[in-house]
Amino acid sequence: MSELDDLMKAYGEAGGDKAVLENTEIAHLVASGRKLLSMKNVKGLEVDARETLTGISVKVTIKEGVKIKNPVHLCFGILHNKGTQKIKMDVKLEKNASAYFIAHCIFPKAEKVKHIMDAVAEVGENAEMRYSETHYHGLYGGIEVIPKAVVKVGKNGRYFTDFNLITGRVGSLAIDYEVEAGENAVTELTARVFGHANDEIKIKEKVVLTGENSRGLIKTRVALEDEAKAEVTGITEGSAAGARGHVDCVEIVKDNAVASAIPVVKVTNPLAKVTHEAAIGSVDKRQLETLMAHGLTFEEAVDIIVKGILK
Amino acid sequence: MALLEITGLTYMTHGKEILSGLSFSIEASEVHALLGTNGTGKSTLAYLIMGCEGYRPTSGEIVFDGNVINDLKIHERARLGITMAWQEPVRFEGISVKDYITIKNKDADPAYYLEMVGLHPELYLLRMVDKSLSGGERKRIELASILALNPKLAILDEPDSGIDMLSTQDIINVINAFKKNGSAVLLITHREEIALIADKASQICRGKIVCAGSPREVAEYYKARKCLVCDGEVCAYV
Repeated sequence: MSELDDLMKAYGEAGGDKAVLENTEIAHLVASGRKLLSMKNVKGLEVDARETLTGISVKVTIKEGVKIKNPVHLCFGILHNKGTQKIKMDVKLEKNASAYFIAHCIFPKAEKVKHIMDAVAEVGENAEMRYSETHYHGLYGGIEVIPKAVVKVGKNGRYFTDFNLITGRVGSLAIDYEVEAGENAVTELTARVFGHANDEIKIKEKVVLTGENSRGLIKTRVALEDEAKAEVTGITEGSAAGARGHVDCVEIVKDNAVASAIPVVKVTNPLAKVTHEAAIGSVDKRQLETLMAHGLTFEEAVDIIVKGILK
Repeated sequence: MALLEITGLTYMTHGKEILSGLSFSIEASEVHALLGTNGTGKSTLAYLIMGCEGYRPTSGEIVFDGNVINDLKIHERARLGITMAWQEPVRFEGISVKDYITIKNKDADPAYYLEMVGLHPELYLLRMVDKSLSGGERKRIELASILALNPKLAILDEPDSGIDMLSTQDIINVINAFKKNGSAVLLITHREEIALIADKASQICRGKIVCAGSPREVAEYYKARKCLVCDGEVCAYV
């Protein structure tokens, strides 16, 4: 069996749809460690992907006015128990372009694995970029995930990102995202993480609303059990008239887990407004009682509530 | 034997007696209105029947369908056939209306139950049971979800109160839906006109049943706002 087959097998087992690789209308890029295993392009999408000493370097350009119809699938992973993979991504959506990227990061046997994502994105005027990243980790917890992104969204542009790590052990996670939103631009950053055992989670997301009437939302959902720890920092700055930002963090804690939330809101223009809300604690008693009044046991009710916030 | 038989129920918390030797019963398929002003013990009685955390009888007995349920957990009571719709239903992130209605009864048709509470299935099935719903929508969805459980006893805690209260007609429709299911209903309210839709009614004041009988009789007594227990001190306040 080839490395691609192995990776796709792990991808399929994690719930991914392997058929996307055979569909000629869907662009994809698959990389295991430092090897590029498969790549498919579609019209309007320019991809320059290279193997580097430590991983993969990808440059994506979507030309002015081009709207990529189907989601672009990215699959990164390391199938061995040890290794490092550094992904360098440079994405540019020109004026009026749009694309949806779905990234799967698969590390089923990680015992000493490091996965670094270093991304820069530029979303042009009236352009729209959606980026969804889902991780599938094994049960060993020996993985370090360091995703970093710096994104600039132009006038009337839209940028949405969604990070999910709810399958398997987290290991050590340190997210560091920063988005600058221009005039009338909209951005939403969502992260959902489920920590177990001695997992350590650090999420730092920052939205800078520099354009008039720009909008930003940072939404974080974390569930923790056992001895897991999480620190969530949501920063929103509003510096232009009409800018509106909101930081929304919910963390559910079980057992001996420890969670903290640090919302940082800053306004430097009297016509800007930034708000925040954070809820940290055990599962809500009224939610539990409501579900138990439907006949669910305590454990079943907790499971449904936790899965719900991570959905 | 009554479906629910409560005898000499007393509940004390923080040194205060909330229910005082209350006795009360509901027959199978009966719609029973429990009337009372604010702070008289209506919701406390509901929580004691449902078995909510911190609500265990100080003395007395709650018998449901022949079983003493004083020490049973909420889900154990639910599995015997008791369920409850809270006055202000909670929201759930990430759970669709469709999944919520079928959360315990996977065979239930969620569209059917949404129609029973006056909601168009095509507009609601895929929505989330979260804060995107108005209070009134959430109340209806809660009622749909407990209808889908086919309970022997549904406790409805003041569906006619709060900012997003349901109208009298809405409540009549829901009661009829429970009747169609053969469920008994304990309808908690502080409005006498709502009590009139029940088969029987009781008035509670200072943790005691002060009047029981036909809804009209009890509503008239309640309307006077001057029961024998409080002499108007509590009943006058709505």
